[in-house]
Amino acid sequence: MKLIFEKHREGSLGVSIPVSDVPLSKPLDAQYRRVNQGDLPCVSELDVVRHYTNLSRLNFSVDTNFYPLGSCTMKYNPKFTERIAALDGFASIHPLLPQLMGGGMLAQGSLEVLYETEKLLNEITGMRAFTMQPLAGAHGELTGVMLIAAFHKANGCRRKYVIIPDSSHGTNPASAAIAGYQVIVIPTDAEGSMDLQEFKKHLNTDVAAVMLTCPDTLGIFNPRIKEIADMAHAVGALMYYDGANLNGMLGKCRPGDIGFDVVHINLHKTFGTPHGGGGPGAGPVGVNEKLIEFLPIPRVIRRTDGTFALDYHRAKSIGYIAPFYGNFGVILRAFAYMLLLGKDGLIQAGEYAVLNANYCRVKLQEYYDLPYPRICKHECVFSASRQMKNGVHALDVAKYLIDKGYHPPTIYFPLIVKEALMIEPTETESKETLDAFIETMIEIARLAQENPQAVTQAPVTMPVKRLDETKAAREPNLRWKK
Amino acid sequence: MSYSALTKQDIQEMLRAIGVSSVEELFNDIPQALRPRSFNIPAGKSEFEITEYLKRLASKNAVNLVNFVGAGFYDHFIPAAVDAIAGRSEFYTAYTPYQPECSQGWLQAIYEYQSIICELTGLDVSNASLYDGGTALYEAAMMAVRFTGRKKIIMDSGISLIYRTMLYTYTSNLSIDFVEISVVHGQSAREELLKHLDDKTAAVITQNPNFFGAVDDHSDVVAKAHAVGALAIQSVYPLALGILKSPGEMGFDIAVGEGQSLGIPLSFGGPYLGFMAVKKELIRQMPGRIVGATTDKDGKRGFVLTLQTREQHIRREKATSNICSNEALCALRATVYVSLMGRDGFKELAELNYQKAEFAKDVLSRIPGVTVKRSSPTFNEFTVMLPSSADDIVYRMIDKGFACGFPLGRFYKGMDKYLLIAVTEKRTKEEILTMSDSLEASL
Repeated sequence: MKLIFEKHREGSLGVSIPVSDVPLSKPLDAQYRRVNQGDLPCVSELDVVRHYTNLSRLNFSVDTNFYPLGSCTMKYNPKFTERIAALDGFASIHPLLPQLMGGGMLAQGSLEVLYETEKLLNEITGMRAFTMQPLAGAHGELTGVMLIAAFHKANGCRRKYVIIPDSSHGTNPASAAIAGYQVIVIPTDAEGSMDLQEFKKHLNTDVAAVMLTCPDTLGIFNPRIKEIADMAHAVGALMYYDGANLNGMLGKCRPGDIGFDVVHINLHKTFGTPHGGGGPGAGPVGVNEKLIEFLPIPRVIRRTDGTFALDYHRAKSIGYIAPFYGNFGVILRAFAYMLLLGKDGLIQAGEYAVLNANYCRVKLQEYYDLPYPRICKHECVFSASRQMKNGVHALDVAKYLIDKGYHPPTIYFPLIVKEALMIEPTETESKETLDAFIETMIEIARLAQENPQAVTQAPVTMPVKRLDETKAAREPNLRWKK
Repeated sequence: MSYSALTKQDIQEMLRAIGVSSVEELFNDIPQALRPRSFNIPAGKSEFEITEYLKRLASKNAVNLVNFVGAGFYDHFIPAAVDAIAGRSEFYTAYTPYQPECSQGWLQAIYEYQSIICELTGLDVSNASLYDGGTALYEAAMMAVRFTGRKKIIMDSGISLIYRTMLYTYTSNLSIDFVEISVVHGQSAREELLKHLDDKTAAVITQNPNFFGAVDDHSDVVAKAHAVGALAIQSVYPLALGILKSPGEMGFDIAVGEGQSLGIPLSFGGPYLGFMAVKKELIRQMPGRIVGATTDKDGKRGFVLTLQTREQHIRREKATSNICSNEALCALRATVYVSLMGRDGFKELAELNYQKAEFAKDVLSRIPGVTVKRSSPTFNEFTVMLPSSADDIVYRMIDKGFACGFPLGRFYKGMDKYLLIAVTEKRTKEEILTMSDSLEASL
């Protein structure tokens, strides 16, 4: 498709700008004005709308395709939450209103949403308090590690290391490093969990925190997780819970009860808010008692008269993580989602997510290698190593699935599984959808044996065939230019 | 209710296939001792009931105030077409376009977004978005630290206090040496800046217009920064770039900012849009996703995520940033917004903002006891000095239906009598005049 810039027609305008109703003032001095206006496209409203509508049709999305992208929890995003987020009373409120004198009263509705969402998250995770400010999962990780650093600093100790298993999301080590820590990577044992012997070897009073994902990225719940938490606490290290996979133990286990000190939640994963083509998400961070005083400011509090207010007077707070109170529009959608599901719905979401994942696991284990063959939680990780012997890689499996109308699973992650295919069906998919997907996966396994070329040629039904990624990186073309 | 599509019969068949007798058995690996000590969540409710409840909460917010509060976040009109496109679920229910063949719509839209940001800022390359203006500024500062191998950052105190506080928070364990330069007569204090600028300086950061609304030309500051091998970073208000000299024209190496003004609702603080554009020498230091054009097997143009060896999923602890999810949907809104405006409309809109603010200055300056600060030019926001506490006056004005500005004393010591007033294209002549009358009566 042409670029919007390539649809430029001199003189076209896509909006009606109000005619000025004020007398003309002296224009801004030339010294401060731009000379080069920039080549923004001039296009009619219809052409803009048609352009982006047609672009939208080139995407796979949850609303159009099964999207079992592992670790991303691509569940259905209810429509009513979109309508709520668009309500004028929420969408048009300026974030500085409650910072005016008496201004808290101008935003009681929004403050109540933040306060009540925090309460729900506390109960769901077993934590004592949440900051709603982190703007995405990785942003939550960074916030969490900074809280840990503040805690150790306040206790007068300088710790240098953060322990992270090799199966972790790349954001974990990146977040720890950006917060100023060195990362110690622990290998995974034959059972698919962090190697305890190696862990013990590296655990000492220089360790600030242990960052774990639970269930881990193999979709496995580590039954010895409490033991790990106890060992870490024994040397004064804190436990960090990466909540990317919370959907796999929702209502069945709470990180707070295991002994985690800091938790981040991906509202866009577990709590059904749209992923928006890569964001916005939201990554609220929960803590237990000993870290509350370090949480970012402001905190939303409830006064004795039942009204809500912002509390900025917290001497030990790490400061501002976000300009205001988090991605409010995302938090609001997640709040509505939690209210609709309620206790039973949330438990059921976790149960059916695990049921769907295990169904895929048993139905496909005959056809694909399953490096860690055991009951999984919300996702299962296969390897295409058997197919690779015939020249069919995980990437080829993915591309063939696209031709069949499925968004591929996550591939080549976790890094510890060769040719990984990470399938997370989520609870909102029907058995019919899973059966059809499973059938296609079996067909690919058969083709890999009988006619590998049919797989490695894919996709052939999309607007483009396989794209030259090497060329994209070697000769970067990152923008249109006149 | 969990939006599940499984019937009882499905569940029985699936359990049989798995070889377990109940769903609960699938959780046997979670020890009993680790089961929830409580899970006191209210019972679920219907869509109707929740909608009514949240409508009630929405109505507790003061939506009917005539808004003159800006301070970096502005009440601009959003054309319906922006909502229509961002409301296409083929966009909003997709995720990061890891699989390019089934994500060309998103990839092309981001490529167009990057191009628009480059055109607006006058710089070479951009990325697929960052969280917000503050985190974008932090990422820019860290890029400069990595690129120069230096640790001193000189900041203009005209940068939003919110963003400066964020920078301090993020770098609290990294021994970065910050120097803040005062604002004199609305603009960056040049002499003070030169005094601190040396060969240990990684970057000089300014904001245009600054927090007080003042517009500046920092070309001279950039030249001085470059002379000592430092980078120059500017935080900008993108809508103002319809008329203001672009960061590229001033010679800046990195431009960042809050993209909320480009078709994104105020929404009580988020989701917003952090944008970044840099000179091409800095590409490999950039954080976040970047989309590039390439060709497929048949030579047809297509788009992919590229230069990924900078990123966390590949480089892990050595990545340029930890960012994974960004604000793609907000970037799409900005892309559609700017495309609708076009080059001519965007300029016209910026002029209109400028004109309305100039009018408001004239009107307010006629109030006895009110002084409009005119030492430097402004865009759509300006500072006035009131005869008494701005906080109190703003409080009184709320009862009259106006959020008449942001009291600067909230952020700056000794500025209790100063009020920051923003006037966007949405404020009519009538509203400006009535606000002025009410203000006069409130002094």
